Amino acid sequence: MALVASRALPAAQPKRKRKLITTQERAAIVFVSPLMVLLLVYWIIPSLASLYYSLTNYSVVLPSKWVGLSNFGRLAGDVLFWRSLKNSAYFTLGSIPFGIAIGLLLAIVVNSALHARNFFRIVFYLPGVTSTIALSMVWLWLFDPHFGLLNAGLRLLGLPPMQWLQSTSQAMPSIVLMSVWGGVGGTMIIYLAGLQGIPSHLYEAAEVDGADSLQRFRYITLPSLQPVTLYVLVTAIIGSFQIFGPIYAMTDGGPAFATTTIVHQIYINGFRYFSMGYAAAQSWVLFLLLLGLSIVNLRLQVFGFSGD
Amino acid sequence: MGRAALISLGYVVLIVGALSMLVPFIWMIFTSFKPRDEIFKMPPIIWTTRYTWQHYYVAVTRGNFNIYFKNSFIISGSVTILTVATTSMAGYAFSRLHWRTRDAVFMVVLATAMLPGLIALIPTFLIVKNTPLAGGNDIFGRGGTGWLDSYPGLILPMVGGGFNVFLIRQFFSTLPGELEDAARVDGCGELGIYSRIIMPLSKPVLAVVALFTFQAAWNDFLWPLVITQSDKMRTIQLGLTLFHSQHNVDWGVLMAGTTLATAPTVALFLLAQRYFVRGIALTGIKG
Repeated sequence: MALVASRALPAAQPKRKRKLITTQERAAIVFVSPLMVLLLVYWIIPSLASLYYSLTNYSVVLPSKWVGLSNFGRLAGDVLFWRSLKNSAYFTLGSIPFGIAIGLLLAIVVNSALHARNFFRIVFYLPGVTSTIALSMVWLWLFDPHFGLLNAGLRLLGLPPMQWLQSTSQAMPSIVLMSVWGGVGGTMIIYLAGLQGIPSHLYEAAEVDGADSLQRFRYITLPSLQPVTLYVLVTAIIGSFQIFGPIYAMTDGGPAFATTTIVHQIYINGFRYFSMGYAAAQSWVLFLLLLGLSIVNLRLQVFGFSGD
Repeated sequence: MGRAALISLGYVVLIVGALSMLVPFIWMIFTSFKPRDEIFKMPPIIWTTRYTWQHYYVAVTRGNFNIYFKNSFIISGSVTILTVATTSMAGYAFSRLHWRTRDAVFMVVLATAMLPGLIALIPTFLIVKNTPLAGGNDIFGRGGTGWLDSYPGLILPMVGGGFNVFLIRQFFSTLPGELEDAARVDGCGELGIYSRIIMPLSKPVLAVVALFTFQAAWNDFLWPLVITQSDKMRTIQLGLTLFHSQHNVDWGVLMAGTTLATAPTVALFLLAQRYFVRGIALTGIKG
């Protein structure tokens, strides 16, 4: 009986507490081990190892040799790598402003819609749950220059048909179009959560002061959404710089390297040419490019971004 | 602009937006059911009277889409179960147990959430290839192909996720301690408290983690692309790109395969919509 009572009050008896901690520590080892083993073997060790590989000429078939920084030197002179950096930046700068503007607009309209709010939320997020590969297949069919729905629509409007993915100048804008279409739903849902976090008394006070709806948007809605916008912007840049699926599935970097991106180059070098050391060096450049943004992103996720 | 005008303008935006979202999906489904000769008509035939299951039949018999679908299902299901199990156990240790170095270990777990999966891609491939005593390897992991082109190789590196641990730990921390203390009085061990008290109370956060994990695993492409070699291990996303890369694409069959690849995650989303919406707001996960 006395034993049971003492266990019921662990905090009140420091002497017993020490014993409790050791049993808890034993339990903790059991509870974290499965995850830690997986993280160690498939995340932490590989991430550190990739730094090592980036300093070798590892290529699967031949024994690897330490080459110092020469992979990075080769990178600086690699025309395709610079091309892929430019293409990734083009894709990012092309898709993000449209994605944010349309996502915000949809959030505001859905938020103020009186009917079928839920229906619209579902519809706009449908591409968000679909794989980028499946979306790529659908859009390949829509983009088809001969039998695609998009050129059929253009003809209906009396406009000349476009080449879409088959032209060097239109291929990247076509992929941007698909990505904006696929991404606005997610942006909209994050903005919707942000809008619902704005206290209504701010709007009521502004209304009393005679602010019209445009002024309320300009002086209440937009400033309140600033942390959300930062979050959306950071995640969008990180995601856009890593685009691969649609590139691989739709153009394989073509035509004439017009759509090759950083991750596409890493894939080609690592798994088509098996220059794995060189590909590891490329992935480190991408990691360092995005490191600052990743830290901001993690801080926002962990410490909250809803502004309240 | 008057209020009424503003509201109707809003509905115009919503309807135009909704149509542009739905048309590609509708076109995918229509194409998958249209007879071959009608698919290549210009201007396109929107409404056909000759619906056919033929493309689905071909996708399964000649396209092997039944194998790809089954593989995707096994892989995504296993990744989901193992992720929920390992991250919730770790979340329990990080929130309900007291142990030395706890906060430092948690920071390491959180830091892995920041690494783009890409940075680990090549070494992870080599680690999977050099798994000891698998795929013809010796005890030092040499000589064979290890876990390349196998279920364990496709599944295990996808399990976990530092951010999942964070979400679960946050939720566990909000649960009151009284039940737990009462259970300890009754002689219940930590495993019992975890499985009989904490887990049943945490269904909302576990549902979010499970749904997003399943969706991410089902839609994943780069990892299966890198480690799959044989047709019998291909996932459905790989099957789609393979089918498309063949000459003279059969769009009816490809759209049937795409519909099959789309259906499970869309169905999950429609069934568990509120968890998705909460999860996106929590994590900002997209696509």
